[in-house]
Amino acid sequence: MKTEGKKRIWSDYQKEIADDHFFYVRSCIRQSFFPGSEQFFLHFMREVLGKDVFENPSHTTCTGIGYHSDIVPLSTIMTVVARHFALMKEAGYKNIAISCVTSFGIYTEIIETWKHFPEELEKTREYLYKATGREFDVPENMAHTSDIIYKLRNEIAEKAKYRLVNHETGDPLNVVEHIGCHYSKMFPRYGVGGAEFPNVLGGMIEAWGGNVVDYPERRHCCGFGFRQYLVQANRGYSLSNTVKKFSSMKPFKPDLVLTNCPGCTMFMDKWQYTMKEMDGTVYGENGESIPVLTYEELAGLVMGYNPWNLGLQYHMVQSEPLLKKLGINYDPEDKFRTIDGRQMPVPENLINA
Amino acid sequence: MEAAGQLARTGYYVTLIEKEANTGGHVKDWYHLFPNSRDSAEVIEYLEKQIEHDNILLITGKTVENFEKTNRTFIVRTDDGKERPADAIIVATGFELFRSERKEEYGYGIYDNVITSADLELMFRKNNLKRVNGEIPEKIGFVHCVGSRDEKVGNLYCSKLCCVTAVKQAMEARKHLYNAKIFCFYMDMRMSGALYEELYRESQEKYRINYIRGKVSEVSENINNKLVVKVEDTLTGRPLKMELDMLVLMAGMEMSNSGLKLAHATGLLTGENRFFAPADHHFGSNRSNIEGVFYAGTCTAPLNVTETISHARAAVSDVVDYLRNGIK
Repeated sequence: MKTEGKKRIWSDYQKEIADDHFFYVRSCIRQSFFPGSEQFFLHFMREVLGKDVFENPSHTTCTGIGYHSDIVPLSTIMTVVARHFALMKEAGYKNIAISCVTSFGIYTEIIETWKHFPEELEKTREYLYKATGREFDVPENMAHTSDIIYKLRNEIAEKAKYRLVNHETGDPLNVVEHIGCHYSKMFPRYGVGGAEFPNVLGGMIEAWGGNVVDYPERRHCCGFGFRQYLVQANRGYSLSNTVKKFSSMKPFKPDLVLTNCPGCTMFMDKWQYTMKEMDGTVYGENGESIPVLTYEELAGLVMGYNPWNLGLQYHMVQSEPLLKKLGINYDPEDKFRTIDGRQMPVPENLINA
Repeated sequence: MEAAGQLARTGYYVTLIEKEANTGGHVKDWYHLFPNSRDSAEVIEYLEKQIEHDNILLITGKTVENFEKTNRTFIVRTDDGKERPADAIIVATGFELFRSERKEEYGYGIYDNVITSADLELMFRKNNLKRVNGEIPEKIGFVHCVGSRDEKVGNLYCSKLCCVTAVKQAMEARKHLYNAKIFCFYMDMRMSGALYEELYRESQEKYRINYIRGKVSEVSENINNKLVVKVEDTLTGRPLKMELDMLVLMAGMEMSNSGLKLAHATGLLTGENRFFAPADHHFGSNRSNIEGVFYAGTCTAPLNVTETISHARAAVSDVVDYLRNGIK
């Protein structure tokens, strides 16, 4: 495999990512299932780097899951997104930072629709004004938060306490990178590195010392895919996608899966539990499953944040094998304690714990 | 070269400007030519003989930047700053092979054993049909229509020669590798030239080439360094995934960059396919929108060697008509 070929492709897909003054929009799934990710992002940006990241509590779901399930019509979702942009305009921001890949895909799809069909933009302006009295501008700069962490990857590497290296053997960890389909597969030029050989996560892995695994089903769906999961009768199809993906990556002995999409993190994490329960199959080494982390969680880990403050214990596949490889000290007693010391219930049958 | 030779023999003085160090264009990079496996060196030899004439001044390694017409005389400027007068011009800027790395999903330039049809010709010529690690390939795939009939890369047209080239190359590969499994992944088999269909039939009957109607969707590499190819078999209606040792991309033909630059500099019109637009599709495929400027060969559309030579001869006929009789 020739890295120069990938570098040539990456040079074709570089995007402008703003430096500061972001209007931040959260992800429904991430703030519920992996809350430490968004928390780390906001803390790191605001407290460590001193950036201006603004949130408006009136921001709502983008309704993307409803849209992709044929429940929410296009005109409705365009008006919902227009309202987000109106909140941004009212707060005086022009750069939007989007936590969710589904939302990122929705925003890019709608902005592209407005470019090609300006009459739809005018209709949306009218709908929003009639419904709320608000007006909006299209963001000047739109970044997924993984774009922002990618841009800061070298700065993070400089601040890193740990590298993605097995501290006992000195070998780089094998890391599978998986981008959400809606990050760049619909509009490759909106993603760092494009769609076929994306570099947004790979760039972080390499900057932090790991080895990016390129395996045959790298581009395959994580298993979520909206309707294949949301329609209950299709869930076997959802699971079979995940099985195909993990079977393909297994020979490369990955130590970790890194994702930038809420659905991918959730499904690649939770379906591993299901696969193990169904027939005992695990895809990592030593009878373990493979931890699936978000890019903020991984950035936090390499910078020496407490893994339990990053929320790694809320994953179905626990990260202790990874923490041991990285040489990260952790207190198992603190795992399910709140910051003020209260003991939370401890889940049963945790994988890898 | 063909047109220069014919014009010289008719009594005209010809300045032949070649941007490369040697004449012969793409043909000199090819091994054997369809439909009869003629060695391309024979064609080059023939063409070189055509330009052995006292009336021909051959200038190599120079590019025409632009030209200007005053009354009925052209001034042709090359990149060395020189100006040369001409009464008529034949543009024969040819084509370029589609850069296969633009079809990112095939991994050309990334995966070691994904090669182009041009790379394979070079292997044939060197008698070195091997994988990068020196192993003899046991399973080879050919992907048709790479950069042709493809809206995603902006080329809606058919490059016309890739199908028959794939047939010819698959047969050639069989001659080198008797036991290999060889597959061609095609959209349609466009066997429209003389003896093409016969060649296609022969490739199946005598050379055991397997044809699968379907477009390759993606290529990757597995832990054993084999290529994993996903394709839809549209005849059986099923997706297909197979391991291959080598994948050959049948790169299409595109208007050359030097042709595009010349069009921009001189006002020569190009068509939707970005090749030079002929003045008339039926009666003037050699004539341009500028009186006294003519076209020969693949600067107007994908053509095979036979058609290119015929087109060059037709250009000569138009030039002579123009110079002697003033026919536009």
